[in-house]
Amino acid sequence: MKPRTKRAVAIAGGLAALGVAAALVLNAFQSNLVFFFTPTQVAKKEVPLDRNFRLGGLVEGGTVVRQKDALSVTFKVTDGAESIPVTYTGILPDLFKEGKGVVAEGKVGADGVFKASQVLAKHDENYMPPEAAEALKQAGHPMAKENFAGQGGGTKR
Amino acid sequence: MNWFYFSSPSTFYGLAGRLAPWCFVSAAVLAAWGLYLGLLVAPTDAQQGEVYRVIFIHVPTAWMSMFLYFIMACYCGLTLVFNTRLSAMMARAIAPTGAMFTFVALWTGSFWGRPTWGTYWVWDARLTSELVLLFLYFGYIALANAFEDPRRGDRAAALLALIGVVNLPIIYFSVQWWNTLHQGSSVNFKGTSMHVTMLTGMLVMSFAAWMYAIGAALVRVRSIILERERRTQWVRELKAA
Repeated sequence: MKPRTKRAVAIAGGLAALGVAAALVLNAFQSNLVFFFTPTQVAKKEVPLDRNFRLGGLVEGGTVVRQKDALSVTFKVTDGAESIPVTYTGILPDLFKEGKGVVAEGKVGADGVFKASQVLAKHDENYMPPEAAEALKQAGHPMAKENFAGQGGGTKR
Repeated sequence: MNWFYFSSPSTFYGLAGRLAPWCFVSAAVLAAWGLYLGLLVAPTDAQQGEVYRVIFIHVPTAWMSMFLYFIMACYCGLTLVFNTRLSAMMARAIAPTGAMFTFVALWTGSFWGRPTWGTYWVWDARLTSELVLLFLYFGYIALANAFEDPRRGDRAAALLALIGVVNLPIIYFSVQWWNTLHQGSSVNFKGTSMHVTMLTGMLVMSFAAWMYAIGAALVRVRSIILERERRTQWVRELKAA
């Protein structure tokens, strides 16, 4: 073998080994790399319930109740199978809406209510003008719900 | 025809000088067209309103940040295997542009994240791996310049760049492999979930970013060539002329 062929083989081999190592490491850390847990995981107690964690899902339609002081809000986060009640005091992001994705950070209290210290809106990958969104809605297309579930939940892909 | 005619620094110096202005001109034209499409023609997004228009900068720069790293790593592979001089110079010339695009992608994303998500920064897999990419660029630049002998710097930095390639699939697939706050890709190999004018504007801006990156790399490689080859006959003749 020419020296340059040897070097090429060494580099290709090294990269392949590195790729395998990275894949194994990432696979081992799979459960630690998730950004949020789903309501089903919380209901099945697959979540460190004694610590802070992030709960992700859709804001269930018709469950958003704003308190008298206008800053406290309660709502339910659902993934279609389970739903977890959440309370939060503070300013909600612009994209916070019923039926849309949300990620809340906090802890489950003794009463089973998730007390959030921070609420983030999760956007989906759809970009369209309002008219197109309206047309989809009238056609009964469950746009937001389906697309959120496709994220990491693995129902769509 | 000699396929390797332009692989010598002395011939490539002239070619780069002739190509670079055209790259910058087409970058300017494409950027003007892309911004016109993005800011004036494209409709408002149904959910986000006007703030979504940051994608016309954010997505092209994020793509370029990954693509340039890949190209840089290819040049680094050539450097290590064939011991060619010009490939190492090209890798050095690309790195600062790549780092710039990575920074702009992170920065614009952060300013988009504040009104839409409600936060500037979260440590989810997509954002963190993109930040690692920025540090890889910094590491490459630092290591390449850390040696007295530039050829040693080339080889050491090339190895670092090749190791960093592992990060590229992690960035790209992070939104599929794990649940992240960052949304999934709107444009992928299977199709798109974007309105067509928005998509056109974004693609035009990507070509503009592409042209700018080529132009910037060519200008930079010319000065690297001159510096490295300053003791050669052709540079001396150039200086005398």
